Amino acid sequence: MIEMQDVYKTYPNGVVALNGISVRIKQGEFVYVVGPSGAGKSTFVKMMYREEKPTSGSIMINGVNLAKLKESKVPLLRRNIGVVFQDFKLLPKLTVYENVAFALEVIEESPKNIKKRVMEVLDLVRLKHKARFYPDELSGGEQQRVSIARSIVNSPAIVIADEPTGNLDPDTSWEIMDIFERINERGTTIVMATHNREIVNTIRKRVIAIERGKIVRDEVRGEYGYDV
Amino acid sequence: MTFNTLKRHFRESFKNLGRNGWMTFASISAVTVTLLLVGVFLVVMLNIQHFTKQVEKDVEIRVHIDLTATDADKEALRKQIEAIPEVGSVTYSSKDEELQKLIKSFGEEGSSFKLFEQDNPLSDVFIVKTKEPTDTVKVAKKIEKFKFADKVKYGQGQIEKLFATTKVIRNIGLGLIIGLLFTAMFLISNTIKITIFARRREIEIMRLVGATNGFIRWPFFLEGLWLGVLGALLPITVVLSAYSYVFDLLHPKLENTFVQLLPFYPFAWQIGGVLLLLGACIGIWGSMMSVHRFLKV
Ligand SMILES: Nc1ncnc2c1ncn2[C@@H]1O[C@H](COP(=O)(O)OP(=O)(O)O)[C@@H](O)[C@H]1O
Ligand SMILES: [Mg+2]
Repeated sequence: MIEMQDVYKTYPNGVVALNGISVRIKQGEFVYVVGPSGAGKSTFVKMMYREEKPTSGSIMINGVNLAKLKESKVPLLRRNIGVVFQDFKLLPKLTVYENVAFALEVIEESPKNIKKRVMEVLDLVRLKHKARFYPDELSGGEQQRVSIARSIVNSPAIVIADEPTGNLDPDTSWEIMDIFERINERGTTIVMATHNREIVNTIRKRVIAIERGKIVRDEVRGEYGYDV
Repeated sequence: MTFNTLKRHFRESFKNLGRNGWMTFASISAVTVTLLLVGVFLVVMLNIQHFTKQVEKDVEIRVHIDLTATDADKEALRKQIEAIPEVGSVTYSSKDEELQKLIKSFGEEGSSFKLFEQDNPLSDVFIVKTKEPTDTVKVAKKIEKFKFADKVKYGQGQIEKLFATTKVIRNIGLGLIIGLLFTAMFLISNTIKITIFARRREIEIMRLVGATNGFIRWPFFLEGLWLGVLGALLPITVVLSAYSYVFDLLHPKLENTFVQLLPFYPFAWQIGGVLLLLGACIGIWGSMMSVHRFLKV
């Protein structure tokens, strides 16, 4: 359960990115976050994995207030939240397997478990056969699948994706959505900021529309709602 | 921390030294040059210190007791002197003892002083040693004011000069050493900043997937340590070989003078240990400074 109460965010340069946001997202929901560029979508999701702190207001995730979370406790929060970006953020000198295993190594998981978990998630994103490949030997869609595999390898309750299909062609984007849906089916909450109208209008889910830092629309099975 | 994690940190730190070959070389050179200079200063300074300590040890205050003082007056004076907190010891030496010392110190020619044995013109004295030689002047000034303290002698003028000189030498050396150490730390922190800059994506991902700051710091901590220790090896070798050479050369010549060099052992271990420790510290400090900026704490 994610619950925001009157969240405001003003960046040090004076830009007001979030202007009073209150929202509740239940465990297992699939939520699109839409809105024009610069509306505050990225800032909104950054609040959830504590990349940014709110200027005021509270963000409760499973009973913990992120607004008051100590910096030293942030790593523990991150272990329960997977994050996926538009630019994949893979390490070029590591293989597919190593990139995914990296997420478990740095939280000091035992080598036996690492192997088992990495193979499981590579199977889920259908990249088991390319485990030994390097990122630059993969297509964009495949790279994004690796980054998704990494985000879910420690079985987080929530996966946050900031424009995960932003760099991908339409066909590949559908493949990625298919994977997110399957992750969601297993009970994982998905919060996805996106510009992809096709996808939002086809795979109908809850839609939160943000404009100028405010929620202007919140529909259970919503539409994208903006002209391109 | 598990053994596997520790292995990982070591592997990572070595990989990074190799990956940033030239920068590694530059940092090690910076440490090497610094510690070479620091080592030379240290050796010179410690020897000067050793030498001045010996000279200082011979410094004493001679309080000439007024001829009219009775035994009770003398005892009172002694009590007064002993009551000064900086005073270490007070020894009485009668005028006859003083004369014998004088005769002895002149050797053959001293016999002409024997004439005075009948009518000794010297005074009884208290020989006062301070706990810290540098307090000599201060203590002497206090004693001068006491009743029955006729004359107070401590090598006026020379003592002050000696102490002033050794103090200046000590301060200059210390200043230079600290300045050099900061330069080296700055150079190391710059190197590591560059290696971290190349790895900021890796650090960003580590933070994203929940690595603790401690975990992220470890490889950099080790990297700094290696840079410092590797940088210390050459200076230790050079400084100690040079000292051993100079010592063998000068020691026989100085045998009968009051200037004495510190013996090679355990001095060599001390200098080696200090340089190694300094290398490790500036390496670690430099690297921790630059990692700090990439971590939110
Ligand atoms: N780190 C930052 N510092 C200052 N201003 C920022 C920062 N990040 C975003 N902004 C500003 O905040 C506003 C919202 O940005 P963002 O949340 O990235 O919007 P979106 O993801 O919807 O495009 C924009 O005006 C942007 O310029
Ligand atoms: Mg954005």
